[in-house]
Amino acid sequence: MAEVIVEEKGKGKRKAKKHPPRIDMTPMVDLMCLLITFFMLTTAFSKAKVMDIILPEKIKDPTKQEAPKIVASRTLNIILGPDNKIFTYPGAVKPEEFSANPPILPPLTETDFSAEGIRKLLLEKNKALFRKINEFNDQVLTGKLKISQDSAKSTISLIKKEDDTGPIVLIKAYKKANYGNFVDILDEMNICGVASYMFTKISWYEERMVEMATGMTPTATASSSN
Amino acid sequence: MPKIKLPTKSPHIDMTPMVDTFCVVLTFLMLTTTMRQPEPATVDTPYSISETPIPDFNSMTFLLSTDGKVFMNFDNGPDTLLKYRPKILTEMGKRYGIEFDERELREFEKYPSSIGVAMSDMKAFLDAKDASTRKEFQKGIPIDSADNQLAMWILYARQVNPNIQAVLKGDSKTGFETVEKVLDILQDKNVNRFSLITSLEAAKINLEEIQQ
Repeated sequence: MAEVIVEEKGKGKRKAKKHPPRIDMTPMVDLMCLLITFFMLTTAFSKAKVMDIILPEKIKDPTKQEAPKIVASRTLNIILGPDNKIFTYPGAVKPEEFSANPPILPPLTETDFSAEGIRKLLLEKNKALFRKINEFNDQVLTGKLKISQDSAKSTISLIKKEDDTGPIVLIKAYKKANYGNFVDILDEMNICGVASYMFTKISWYEERMVEMATGMTPTATASSSN
Repeated sequence: MPKIKLPTKSPHIDMTPMVDTFCVVLTFLMLTTTMRQPEPATVDTPYSISETPIPDFNSMTFLLSTDGKVFMNFDNGPDTLLKYRPKILTEMGKRYGIEFDERELREFEKYPSSIGVAMSDMKAFLDAKDASTRKEFQKGIPIDSADNQLAMWILYARQVNPNIQAVLKGDSKTGFETVEKVLDILQDKNVNRFSLITSLEAAKINLEEIQQ
């Protein structure tokens, strides 16, 4: 491609060129290709996304700590277990039940992070609210309802606030769970439009329940507080 | 009839438009690029449907590696003149009785990625000449209750920059014990709002199934 003007060693006068000499751009293009490739590979084009979570304030004085007053019939406990397992049980364990000897503990239901697992369970419980949010989203998407994105968001949060049928989810993590499980379950809450969920510390009897369900030997902390 | 003479020279391709386009693309890329910072530990962030972008300024990022180490990073504030990073280090130095000179503060200010160096190693870390020596010092910030330097970093970061936000970046395989410990320390310092860094993923919900 490189254009080299070969001078012919002939006799007589060389004809004067009419055209201005061409500049060969090929090396320049090569170089630019290289630079573009380099920049494309090093650029972090898409910014990372974040998911916000607010944890309940820690009460430093243990005497002031009260058990949260929530309706047991609407409560769903989700415990993140080892090996990406999820354990759920409804309601709450009463103090006289777990302090009995041997403690009377409700059975755990095992499920997983697949769409057939926890998502189905949550959607089943959150049907009414989810449908409401979905209808609203449909109206916005099809253009029946003209509304800005910000006010659409606030309307959804208002719908969530007014809801009193959906579950109150308490998320707890067993110590062998991992960070991915934690993010996944919070994500699942967002997907299913669960209005009220909270991340709380696991209690000793719940740890025991997980250990019993997975067939592990109880750890020292669980047995000592028994 | 005379034959039409075909040109013997190969035709020239005019590359000028191509060069022009490349120039534009190159300029665009050069101006928009933010170099990917090499982190002291590689993490594979979990996926979520959240679409909120990460804040540009006023954030302290906690990097939780799979082996339970904690690294921390904070930005210099929306204006580089604010110099939050060296200010935080000066405060930390005061707390641990270490004095940092101008050059060390500058080194700290421009260090691009997260820091997981114990305060006792900080001076040696900043004085180190090359990246590999520095990497040796990146053992994670001590978080035991006896020597909880992470809590101090959080304390001074919030003192210097009151608008700072906590951002957590963990690997999906990071054990929950580490996460819980860090959350605990943050809550001790009255930080109750966190952002978790995730990668975007679309969720599919089969609507017909629910409508039944």
